[in-house]
Amino acid sequence: MTVQQQPNSFRTGPDERGHFGIYGGRFVAETLMPLILDLEKAYNQAKADPAFQKEMDSYLSHYVGRPSPLYFAERLTKKFGGAKIYFKREDLNHTGAHKVNNVTGQIMLAQRMGKKRIIAETGAGMHGVATATLCAKFGLPCIVYMGAVDVERQQPNVLRMKMLGAEVRAVTSGSSTLKDAMNEALRDWVTNVSDTFYCIGTVAGPHPYPAMVRDFQCIIGNETRAQMQQLEGRLPDSLIACIGGGSNAMGLFHPFLDDRSVEIYGVEAAGHGIPSGQHAASVTGGRPGVLHGNRTYLLMDDDGQITEAHSISAGLDYPGIGPEHSWLNDMGRVKFLSATDDEAVAAFQLCSQLEGIIPALEPAHALARVFDLAPKLPKDHLMVVNMSGRGDKDLASVQAWLETHKK
Amino acid sequence: MTTRIEKRFADLKSEGRAALVTFVMSGDPDYETSMAIIKALPKAGADVIELGMPFTDPMADGPSIQAAGVRALKAGQTLKKTLQMVRDFRKDEAATPIVLMGYYNPIYIYGVDKFLVDAKEAGVDGLIVVDLPPEEDEELCLPALKAGLNFIRLATPTTDDKRLPAVLNNTSGFVYYVSITGITGSAAPDATKVSAAVQRIKKHTKLPVAVGFGVKNAESARAIAAGADGVVVGSALIDALRKTLEADGKGGPATVKAVTDLVADIARGVRAAGTVAAE
Repeated sequence: MTVQQQPNSFRTGPDERGHFGIYGGRFVAETLMPLILDLEKAYNQAKADPAFQKEMDSYLSHYVGRPSPLYFAERLTKKFGGAKIYFKREDLNHTGAHKVNNVTGQIMLAQRMGKKRIIAETGAGMHGVATATLCAKFGLPCIVYMGAVDVERQQPNVLRMKMLGAEVRAVTSGSSTLKDAMNEALRDWVTNVSDTFYCIGTVAGPHPYPAMVRDFQCIIGNETRAQMQQLEGRLPDSLIACIGGGSNAMGLFHPFLDDRSVEIYGVEAAGHGIPSGQHAASVTGGRPGVLHGNRTYLLMDDDGQITEAHSISAGLDYPGIGPEHSWLNDMGRVKFLSATDDEAVAAFQLCSQLEGIIPALEPAHALARVFDLAPKLPKDHLMVVNMSGRGDKDLASVQAWLETHKK
Repeated sequence: MTTRIEKRFADLKSEGRAALVTFVMSGDPDYETSMAIIKALPKAGADVIELGMPFTDPMADGPSIQAAGVRALKAGQTLKKTLQMVRDFRKDEAATPIVLMGYYNPIYIYGVDKFLVDAKEAGVDGLIVVDLPPEEDEELCLPALKAGLNFIRLATPTTDDKRLPAVLNNTSGFVYYVSITGITGSAAPDATKVSAAVQRIKKHTKLPVAVGFGVKNAESARAIAAGADGVVVGSALIDALRKTLEADGKGGPATVKAVTDLVADIARGVRAAGTVAAE
């Protein structure tokens, strides 16, 4: 797509109908429309209510453990000899990833709306674990839809959800991964509209989800701003984060979108490589279409049928991306890169060995690109990578990869 | 201008009975069998044919229709081929209206303007696109109306009186009332509640109201038809079709017969309701 004329502010979207340029919108069955309109109203009221924000801040500091540190990765910086590399430590949150920021907000909203039952979809299981956790805390029944393939490759998270009292429903339709879990969650919602709240895990889906999830995740970028000011006395020069649906990335990016001096990079999963067709890079290898309630970049064939995504990381294995990212791509504000499975595993190992931090496979994709950007940059360049989650859940996947790649 | 759909509902009204609207998935289980089924439907008693456009991610459909879509896509069905089926059907059948039903993405990728021209030319009469609520009317609904196609909207139990006008605005041909909150092929509806809901909708529109979701046989069709202008049956036909398939998923003459036999049975139910109402 050609870069269009840039607006005065990148932070004013979406419009009242939920559009970011041509992206976003509300493409759902009529049964769900009244609920989505109710949700929008309830969210707008909550957003304007200082008591809601105060309560949320309290949970975020005392339950989630915020603010998360901004950590200077000294050994990696030294190894590459260029930009100063900082990690925003979302892996240190309760439940081990950024997902909990958004879930805390949505479950509080569900409470406010008087909903009695929570459903969610999950890929790697991090959003499912976060949802199961908050449901346990608030005493709400929780059902998590998860692709059967992901249930298999993310066993530790399946066990965690069960321990927390959630019911995990393995989805065997379609490709048995995240997109199919989302279809099943939508079917559940259509069937149980009166008492059920659908807690979506990323900045996608029908309006107001992309904007609401973004707002809840903006705490990542807001903290980064303040922390970098404190540590270095100025804004960072570049930001980089992995993108599946893109909620961790949007949370880091959004507060900086109007700071034109800050370069912003999103890293998609290139799987076996873009030319192989086996990847999950919706922007790099897809085109605009309509799925799961919004218009956005999608992987599909010539007939408009959605194709299966592939990534070693279950959290990035989705054939779409949040609509605001699609718009930021077309506007040229965020630059989209990609990293293959092999590159992600190499970055996973290097980060573990040099920093004593085992990253999730998702942010390992971002790290892979950090490792080739950083050496080319001056020593005073400040680069922040979103360490969106920890890698305990991925040990089996990485082990299996290493065994098949033994020489 | 009176469309084929409007004419069909007006004719049936003067006969004093409800319409039988039958849903089958185009290309299920394969192109030839599907074509044979569609051609046989009017004779079996179908008054309106709803033809599914298969999609990989049918978010509002139950397991039966989902599986039908997968079978069709596996057999190579595309939107282009679905339009070809309508073209072939029209060669010897001019009266029975055809409504295409599906999701937006394949149409969006085909190109909305090109799709409307090709659909009209092929002999399509109306569209039902599940994931296009009135909030997205500019996408396809308004261009379709301009192109002379009916745009049929779904109303559901969650569509309250406040929202109904928005749903009915720009709806044409007929209103499709979804009798339950849920996916296709799930629980059977309560005929008394359905009749009350139809009356509620009729306070807001002069359009005929057809009721779908949960109709399985002549008896349930009769009960629903007594309180509505039309009865839609889909998952039951697809279940009947599926039971005849060979291990390799291929259909044959038994497949066509299974579907048309059930349609004939349900048509008897619809007609029986009309007779009772007339007395």
